[in-house]
Amino acid sequence: MSTRDLARALMALVLTGCASAPAGQGTGTPNLGREATPAQIAGWDISVGPDGVGLPPGRGTAVVGAAVYQQKCQACHGARGAGQPNDRLVGGQGTLASATPVRTIGSYWPYATTVFDYVRRAMPYTQPQSLTADETYAVTAYLLHLNGIIGEQDEMNAQTLPKAVMPNQKNFIMMYPPRGGRP
Amino acid sequence: MDESKRSFLKRIAGLLAASGVMGAAPRRGVAAEPPDVPPWMKAPGAGMREYGMPATYEAKVTRTLIRSQPGTTGSGASRTPLEALDGMITPAGLHFERHHSGVPDIDPAQHRLLLHGLVQRPLIFTVDALLRYPMVSRVHFLECSGNSQLLYQPAPPALTAGQTHGLVSCSEWTGVPLRLLLEEAGVDRAAGWILAEGADAAAMSRSIPMAKALDDAIVALFQNGERLRPENGYPVRLFLPGWEGNMSVKWLRRLKVVAAPVMTKDETSRYTDLQAGGTSLMFTYPMEVKSVITRPSHGMTLSGAGPYEITGIAWSGRGTIRRVEVSVDGGRAWMEAGLAAPVLPRALTRFRLPWRWDGRAAVLKSRATDDTGAVQPERAAFIAEHGHNAIFHFHAIQAWGVAASGEVKHVYA
Repeated sequence: MSTRDLARALMALVLTGCASAPAGQGTGTPNLGREATPAQIAGWDISVGPDGVGLPPGRGTAVVGAAVYQQKCQACHGARGAGQPNDRLVGGQGTLASATPVRTIGSYWPYATTVFDYVRRAMPYTQPQSLTADETYAVTAYLLHLNGIIGEQDEMNAQTLPKAVMPNQKNFIMMYPPRGGRP
Repeated sequence: MDESKRSFLKRIAGLLAASGVMGAAPRRGVAAEPPDVPPWMKAPGAGMREYGMPATYEAKVTRTLIRSQPGTTGSGASRTPLEALDGMITPAGLHFERHHSGVPDIDPAQHRLLLHGLVQRPLIFTVDALLRYPMVSRVHFLECSGNSQLLYQPAPPALTAGQTHGLVSCSEWTGVPLRLLLEEAGVDRAAGWILAEGADAAAMSRSIPMAKALDDAIVALFQNGERLRPENGYPVRLFLPGWEGNMSVKWLRRLKVVAAPVMTKDETSRYTDLQAGGTSLMFTYPMEVKSVITRPSHGMTLSGAGPYEITGIAWSGRGTIRRVEVSVDGGRAWMEAGLAAPVLPRALTRFRLPWRWDGRAAVLKSRATDDTGAVQPERAAFIAEHGHNAIFHFHAIQAWGVAASGEVKHVYA
């Protein structure tokens, strides 16, 4: 039995244990949580997975995104994502094995959905969670386009964004769950 | 020597003494030497204080702030002054900090923790509700995986132990086992991971394996007996013993049970380890076995041959420290140091070794072994395996060079 199988078996055991004592009924657990409504959850659930789950309705292209970027992002990240004073966002492809690797969205990030997720939750730095879904799609499209990943007119939406292939994705090695013991 | 030069040297010596060098000569003119009775015995002392502070004479013992990027005040790190501390516990006010968009000022009455996703009952907890749950207390280190990253550089940084290794601290953490909350919500069989999200302006988020959540994860409310400090996650944080610090999400407000990792920014573009060949290691969670000598260390000066204690800290995210060896000749001969009880799993372990310095140049090293048998590697071997480009998970042996003058400096040896 591999470590992963063992972990799965243990998990099944644990979950069976949960199922036999559901929802705090008669288990003696405090059970002081209030049930959350779908509307409450929708208000807070901003995370987007690599499969696109969590992406909101909306759309944007690099053409539109360029204007949003110039207004809301350029002061920190430079013209066309060139960086300075803060993180560089564009270029660096082919440098990762060199003595001076340049890690950008184009050269390093493994998933396009992460760009949307991160911009939506944390950017612009001084006004996080202020962009509309369309603005976020557009800025994401602009950054992907500057990195040569999509075309200038390609529309990013909940269906197309997860399909954008990031060039460095194949170079990540997952160390969890540990295979054959210690990673 | 003329008078001005002598007074200059005296001033330098005074500055060094104030900066905490070893064996500084007692200052002249202090009347505590017998037979004199010191002034603080000749008048009543100060009254009580509602919240105590360190002695004013220790005001120099502070965190080292790492400058933030332009326009991002509060986004950055501060490091624990390891060389000025002893024992295994870090005072809360000196616990290292790493923030991605500053420290939020959270009203605990308004804060909520939402647990949802692949569960039978999505739940909202108030902080008051969490405070009514049965709690556990555990002593554990917390280490930012970016700790000691300057040692990836080809030249040894001229920095103190705290400035290089001070993104590790150790506290007693008290809170609710996460497992308990998950059981109340009822986790679906398809669940494999949990997205944990903070209530800071970065909404910092990480994907946590369900196995870890069910094993020893704590929804922490207290640190060293008092409620969490704002910079350590007040009013509630996640705590994952032994794993890279970034995953112990502060200001915890949302736990979403999911089937697969969400691939957030901080588990893809950051906190992944670029290797020499251009590949990157992802999900490198446990902090590997590590140690550092905190005294003597860089910036201190030994005051002549004679007896000293070599002391430092060792830790492993995989378990308990079993052995710490110390070398004073750069790693040719090793002596076993004593471990100060209690030696706890995934906690800082204090080691000590008496040393009689012969006054000749020496190179001090410590090497930790944990109960999985893992041994802290030499830096040269570690760099040969991982290259210079990684930022995270540096855990190789640290060397301090002692010159015949007594000066201690960071060296690669």
